[in-house]
Amino acid sequence: MAENVVMLFQWLVFLGIALVCIFASIMVISNKNPVHCALWMVLTFLATAGLYVMLHSQFIAIVQVIVYAGAIMMLILFVVMLLDLEVELRSRLKFLYSKAIGGFFAVLLMLGIFYAVITRVLKGNVGSFTPEKVSAMGNVKAVGKVLFTDYLFPFEVASILLVVGIVGAVIMSKRREARKE
Amino acid sequence: MLYGYFAILVYILIALGFAGFVILASHVVGQRKSTATKLSPYECGMPTIGPTLRRLPIRYYIIAMLFLVFDIEIVFIYPWAVIYRSFKGFGFFILGEMLVFVGILIIAYIYVWRKGALEWE
Repeated sequence: MAENVVMLFQWLVFLGIALVCIFASIMVISNKNPVHCALWMVLTFLATAGLYVMLHSQFIAIVQVIVYAGAIMMLILFVVMLLDLEVELRSRLKFLYSKAIGGFFAVLLMLGIFYAVITRVLKGNVGSFTPEKVSAMGNVKAVGKVLFTDYLFPFEVASILLVVGIVGAVIMSKRREARKE
Repeated sequence: MLYGYFAILVYILIALGFAGFVILASHVVGQRKSTATKLSPYECGMPTIGPTLRRLPIRYYIIAMLFLVFDIEIVFIYPWAVIYRSFKGFGFFILGEMLVFVGILIIAYIYVWRKGALEWE
């Protein structure tokens, strides 16, 4: 009986988070003002973090909030502010057939998701880190243990990827300053 | 397992409920008299000049990018610090891992510094 109540409660919480997530995503793509879109996107990221918590991935949830809702969102906002929004809003540019093409790909993607869910083709093997084991040893410990042993090489490659990001940002912005002179 | 998060859920719901209640109550109870002065955009008591949606200089983008990169570095360092003590006997190995990671990022930092991207003008 108590088990059923817990299951029902978890299901209700999941439903609430999922609905918030879907609503916020729709607001992101339907809003005219890019800054409002970005704010709705923060809500989408926070709801996704809630979904990660429900999947027993607390570390990923916190990283989602710090990196995505914090740092990447700030980057997106700066990019939005870099653009000349006045011209964009005034011109009201509309791409021909954009709705038809976008709708086609959206339906294609939806059919793909339905196919995957109904036929259950996405059925990976159960790994050695089950939710019970991860909760017993601690989420961050589990992540660290795998990251610094089995995935050591990708971890070091990630640092090179970060360097590429820095160098790219510096080169692009420096060139613009040189042109101004 | 997730029982500890029930308190956070209650906390979020109370915070949302209180904020919603205050906004709704002021909307219902408060009176509104809108005048032209009240409806005009307010910015530190100064009259606004020119368009409000202005383009920011790209320098902000570099700062944001640098913040993002070193933010991700911290995210990697945190699990490393948590498991450091559990690697008995392999202390130098795991220390070396992080030194390589941080070393590569320090090269990027020196590059940014030498290029003068940290200067504001």
